Amino acid sequence: MSADATRLPAVHRPAARSSRGAAARAGAGRALRLFLPLGLYLLFTLVPFYWMLLFALRPAGSTALVPWPVTFEHFDTVWNGMGFRTYFTNSVLIAALTLVSVTFFALMGGYALARFAFRGRRAFMLALLCTQFVPGAMMLIPLFNVFQLLHLIDTRWSLVVAETVFQLPLAMILMSGFVKNVPVELEESAMVDGCGRLRAFLAVVLPLLRPGIVAVGSFAFIGSWNNFLFALMFLNDPELQTVPVGLQTTIGENTVDFGALAAGGVVAAVPVVLVFAFVQKYLVQGMSAGAVKG
Amino acid sequence: MTLAGPYGARTRRALTPYVLIAPTVLLLVGFLLVPLGSVGYYALQHRVVNEPYDDAFVGLDNFSRMLGDQQFWHSLVFSAKWVAAEVGLQLLLGLVLALIVNETFVGRAVARALVFSPWAVSGVLTTGIWLLLYNPATGVFHQLSEFGLGDPATSVLGDPDTVFPAVVVAELWRGVPFFAILILADLQSVPKDLYEAASIDGAGRVRSFLHVTLPHLRDAIVLATLLRAVWEFNNVDLLYTLTNGGPAGATTGLPLYVAQLARKSYDFGYGSALTTAAFVLLLFCSVLYLRLSRFEGRGEGVQR
Repeated sequence: MSADATRLPAVHRPAARSSRGAAARAGAGRALRLFLPLGLYLLFTLVPFYWMLLFALRPAGSTALVPWPVTFEHFDTVWNGMGFRTYFTNSVLIAALTLVSVTFFALMGGYALARFAFRGRRAFMLALLCTQFVPGAMMLIPLFNVFQLLHLIDTRWSLVVAETVFQLPLAMILMSGFVKNVPVELEESAMVDGCGRLRAFLAVVLPLLRPGIVAVGSFAFIGSWNNFLFALMFLNDPELQTVPVGLQTTIGENTVDFGALAAGGVVAAVPVVLVFAFVQKYLVQGMSAGAVKG
Repeated sequence: MTLAGPYGARTRRALTPYVLIAPTVLLLVGFLLVPLGSVGYYALQHRVVNEPYDDAFVGLDNFSRMLGDQQFWHSLVFSAKWVAAEVGLQLLLGLVLALIVNETFVGRAVARALVFSPWAVSGVLTTGIWLLLYNPATGVFHQLSEFGLGDPATSVLGDPDTVFPAVVVAELWRGVPFFAILILADLQSVPKDLYEAASIDGAGRVRSFLHVTLPHLRDAIVLATLLRAVWEFNNVDLLYTLTNGGPAGATTGLPLYVAQLARKSYDFGYGSALTTAAFVLLLFCSVLYLRLSRFEGRGEGVQR
């Protein structure tokens, strides 16, 4: 890398960094510097996924490295035999409700943070950041007590509430970054034209916030979908359990059914990994709004 | 509050932000602040859920029990090692990865989606995947030994010498994308003319990275490492399911120790004392870190 830097004339470098000029001059140095580490990292990322798919799709006992012929027996086992149908439904319900509540409150608060200079704003912002120091896993005991008081133990609501509380602070900061990116003049001109603030927001700002809503909503969904300890602690009824807890039962003490473990893993992975592949670009956008630094 | 202007509209405008944040404040007070306060209260009590007749105020007994608790000190040391290894390696790899996918090349969008994808995977699922990979009978090491590489019966999770690198790698797999995404986002906001100015001054690729890119990323890196350190400290899912803190307690961090106290022995009093200690410790380390790194917290303000 440093040899490369001394050899090239300095003036060419900004072009090399920024855009097409680099692609045109693509040479062995670039392949080494760029594609070799990228390839290695892709291997590190994808081999584990492939390994899971392999076990999920090949018959039990097979040691083939390519899952052919494909079998769906393991999916039948986990979906119908091990209750993943129920777990999946519960997880979807809980994650969807969390998505709605986190997005809604994040929109309200994010708008307030982005558009109003109110007294207590700094303190509120600081409090939001401080919530990140609260150890979620260690809040199991006190939250259990609060939920017990409110008769929420063994209800799906306990998870929706707990997830919303833990995700809302960062979601709100992220959302306020997105709101700041919408030019305030657009809203003002709508208000000059006689719209109230609410109508100006709904008609002008909300459509432009779509990337932010997609990003915040997806992350709320993913976070809730993946939560394990809250479900383990707050739910006893197996009829209410979620996918991560179901997955843990396939892991067990001395698991031998690797097919079921892998198939359960695929069921757990597919919704969130697909969602994430589509929305990661919005996250990069939102973060570059300077939101995390706010 | 400054309100109650003579005009209804102005009062309403002054109240609007408070109305908008009110639900959040209520949620945070009810389900975060109150429980957190109750932790401080329970920390001073003897309280084991299935022995209610023994409940009593015990002062600082739980804390003195903590100081003499070997398992507490072990778990604290493990947590420190865990956070240092995870945050350090995730930052390093995430930075490299972000620099790579910030370049322009064919298939960049696909490459980004693929390398970021483990971010969406849960701790339990990471466990499932890496159990398959690490399993001595079916995993990659077994596969490699079939090709003549290494020892076939390696049980990396069962051996106290190899279990630490094994769990660190598994968590790296899903942790690196967080840093990569955050750093990539900030890389895109480096003004292009800074690089031009640097190259006119004769700075090479390495020097413009050191003198332009890194200083620009500084605040983002400080904040990302801090958030991640806290997150990794508190991370329980993976270790709970992958090793359950074993073998022989070798991978039991402080939060896992507390979670086990809560789940198994229902010792809420002592668990609360440990939680209080952890919270204070985290807050102290965070403030110290922000001070030492001279975090500026740019970007405060309503309009940017």
